[in-house]
Amino acid sequence: MKSTGAQRVMGNRTGMQTSPELADEIIEGSTAATPSSGGGVEGIAESRVDYITEGFPLGSMPLVPVSEEAVADEDEATMAVLLDKLSERLAFERMGVRLYEALLNKCETLGEMSPGPTLEEIRRIGTEELDHFLMLNETITDLGGDPTVESPSADIAAVTSMGIMQVLTDPRSSVPQCLQALLTAELTDNAGWELLIEMASNLGYDDMRQQFETALTHEEEHLQNVRDWLSDCVMDKIQTEES
Amino acid sequence: MSLDIFKEKGTPLDKQLFTWRDLVRTPTSKLDDDAFTRVRIILMNGIEANALRTMHAMARMMNGQFRLPLAKVRRVEQHQQTMVNWLLPADLSPLETTIAFEQVAIEVTASVAQHEPDPYLAQVYRFGLLEDFDHLYRFSALMDRVMGADANTIVQNYSDIMPGRPTQVEHRAPEDDLREHYDCTKADPLTKIHAATITAGENQTHDYYMTIGPMFADPIARQLYAEIASIEEQHVTQYESLMDPNETPLEKWMLHEATEVYNYYSCAEYETNPRIKQIWERFVDYELGHLHMVMDLFQQIERRDPAEVLPQTLPELIDYQSHRQFVRETLNNEVDLRAAGTRFINVEDEAAKAPASIAYREQMNSEGSPSEIVAAGYVWTPGTELVDRKSVFAKGAGA
Repeated sequence: MKSTGAQRVMGNRTGMQTSPELADEIIEGSTAATPSSGGGVEGIAESRVDYITEGFPLGSMPLVPVSEEAVADEDEATMAVLLDKLSERLAFERMGVRLYEALLNKCETLGEMSPGPTLEEIRRIGTEELDHFLMLNETITDLGGDPTVESPSADIAAVTSMGIMQVLTDPRSSVPQCLQALLTAELTDNAGWELLIEMASNLGYDDMRQQFETALTHEEEHLQNVRDWLSDCVMDKIQTEES
Repeated sequence: MSLDIFKEKGTPLDKQLFTWRDLVRTPTSKLDDDAFTRVRIILMNGIEANALRTMHAMARMMNGQFRLPLAKVRRVEQHQQTMVNWLLPADLSPLETTIAFEQVAIEVTASVAQHEPDPYLAQVYRFGLLEDFDHLYRFSALMDRVMGADANTIVQNYSDIMPGRPTQVEHRAPEDDLREHYDCTKADPLTKIHAATITAGENQTHDYYMTIGPMFADPIARQLYAEIASIEEQHVTQYESLMDPNETPLEKWMLHEATEVYNYYSCAEYETNPRIKQIWERFVDYELGHLHMVMDLFQQIERRDPAEVLPQTLPELIDYQSHRQFVRETLNNEVDLRAAGTRFINVEDEAAKAPASIAYREQMNSEGSPSEIVAAGYVWTPGTELVDRKSVFAKGAGA
């Protein structure tokens, strides 16, 4: 027995209108049923309260003390907060390199599309992400921290952005779909750099602040680029459909 | 270290009670807990899964009189597995969990290989160890190159991240994966416990990869999980073949319960997290309860003395510590070993003595080797290879 392998094209099946008769039946069944317990979503919240109040943290910063010179003017707690957020940014920029590698891979395979990013534009952004990652490595090291640590904020950033990587590395995702995911990344990244600049400024790290401002300038460009490419792609599709 | 398993009766089965809240506790910390706490959790999850698997197989094949006692013990084992496995936190991604699974395979197998009284079985463990060692390296490359993350945040410097026996040559024909089994009438009890322990760990690893492999979007990740899951199936074939098929089902069940006592006790001895240590201690008592129930059945039904099978006191425990030197020595001495039937041979003899494996491997790798592709030129570097600017975006790279 051998099938042809050809798939009968039905389009998206997720909505009720896929099959109106079955839709009527499922609604009929659901409305006829009675919940086994009263109340609403509040029980879920109460269950969470039980665990939240136990007070276990996700994790902490390492206990290894930073160098004496580095902490001369700052207490360790302040330094831990700074290092936590630097570690977060470092992890994000590192992931950003891999995100743009995946985008480059896709665009090289599909060929440059207009509207959309050119290969050269992707390479420029990827290179800047790599430079930011390396700069943060140095910054953390200079402060006496360990750039290989995954800090709690870095961990949270990794959890938050898992979906972005999934979109970029999925061979089925389109370039506009990848740009949508990258928009999430770039919006977060911009806000992250703004926070680091504020922290460096408040703590009096002027050289650091200047470096971060340069990085933010790049990231603002990345964000604007991604917004524009995405917008152009979507609008182009509308125009194509209309014509 | 001198737990007398005949004297200690543990918690009676009818006193082994849970609630859903008891089962589902706040998990461990991915960042703050010691890597070996995670190793123990993963191993014990595997051992409980194997308890269920074994007991279900027995229920389907044995005389009906065993169905109820099997069902009663299985219910508790399933809840024990839940409590243990649910100690893994949600921020531990599937790939990070994979890294931890391979660390289990390396460090626990290394401990077992060093304590194994039977030299042939010790050789089998060293053989398998070098393959799981390579898997850690391949998955670390995947983590670095696709996710942009460093596997050492999981292994915490305890285990080396470098090539072992290359995964692409681990693919063997089934006839070269079977091993000689121990003789249940002569084997040291520790030999039997070791075989059950490692089989359990590998079986769970296989099942885990088969579950999470499709969750990855990247094609090379999906291929790598497909490839390494296939090796884990080979490992289950290898390790389960070490167990004597002449043991009666009841004897196997009793041995499995003793294996669980032994492993929980090992965990309790080494545990650094007091909250988790309490769980290991509680489950030592639960497993002693199971063991004694099965010992009674063994006496009543087989009219045999459990002392024929079980040790009076627990043998030397699993060492939950880095086995770096042992692993490196094994790597240096045995990486070029291959299998031909149940024996181990040098790589240069493989074509003559294991042609079926070569033919099978060539077929499987004929459209490319995922494990080679993902780790091409890969050298693990603290903080990922991007620290060394190994990216298409590095100036001068082939962009």
